[in-house]
Amino acid sequence: MTTTAPRPTVPTTHGQPQRDHRIGRERPLGGFELWMWLFMRISGIVLVLLAIGHVLIMHLPAGGVSRIDFNFVAVRWDNPAWRVWDWMLLSLALVHGINGLRNITLDYVRRAGLRFAINMIFYTLGFALFVLGTVVVFTFDPSSWPTVS
Amino acid sequence: MAIRARKSKDDYGSIYKGHEGQWSWMLHRITGVAVILFLFAHIVDTSLMGWGPEAYNRVTAAYENPIIRLLELGLVAAVLYHGLNGLKITLIDFFPRLVKNITTVSFIFTGLFIAVMIPVAWIMLVQTWDLLQLDQVTVGG
Repeated sequence: MTTTAPRPTVPTTHGQPQRDHRIGRERPLGGFELWMWLFMRISGIVLVLLAIGHVLIMHLPAGGVSRIDFNFVAVRWDNPAWRVWDWMLLSLALVHGINGLRNITLDYVRRAGLRFAINMIFYTLGFALFVLGTVVVFTFDPSSWPTVS
Repeated sequence: MAIRARKSKDDYGSIYKGHEGQWSWMLHRITGVAVILFLFAHIVDTSLMGWGPEAYNRVTAAYENPIIRLLELGLVAAVLYHGLNGLKITLIDFFPRLVKNITTVSFIFTGLFIAVMIPVAWIMLVQTWDLLQLDQVTVGG
């Protein structure tokens, strides 16, 4: 009768002790990846305030998005604080989101060329939208449009 | 002939043999992708402010639709889930000893998500209902 090997007390993979799987993505050892790891967490904390705040302010009171039209946004952007809020939300969410897409690409796309191509599409799109949003949020001038009260 | 122990349901786990946190990991990823995809569209529609009232109002009128309103509720839920779950991840990354109480931590964050979502869903579903009534009035003449 054969005896079965005793169950290892510390889970191992190929002889190496496994890391605690209950902790999320492994922290990179250093360099760019470590800075991005840190950026995701810091920007995430700020985005909880900016994005959840934005969603609760714009979607819930006074009929939600039904009240939002050109005049609403024009009056809102009369206050520079909202322009700063919107621009911070734009830039932090874009970098946070594009880096998230990059992480997903690194997880699922194995071929180096394809990986590079997909990430380049994300970076280009992200940069273009960043420029578009930045120009509009800072150059918008309500006096160019006669219908604004 | 070897005698094989009968496997219990626990030996198989759920759909795949994952670990604690596999579902929140998956939801985090799905909600993250959903939010960034909407963000791409949302930057473009908001940028139409620079092209004047006619362009902006014509495009954002597309959101005045009960089905879009349900997607909007999904978007709010996705933002809220991704944000709260991200805070949970950050908390455990910066305070690794909390991992001993991971079940409690997850329970608190899930509870917080549900507690916020109940009034949010109520308000947004009422808005959707009102829009539906308005549509019927418009369609009915």
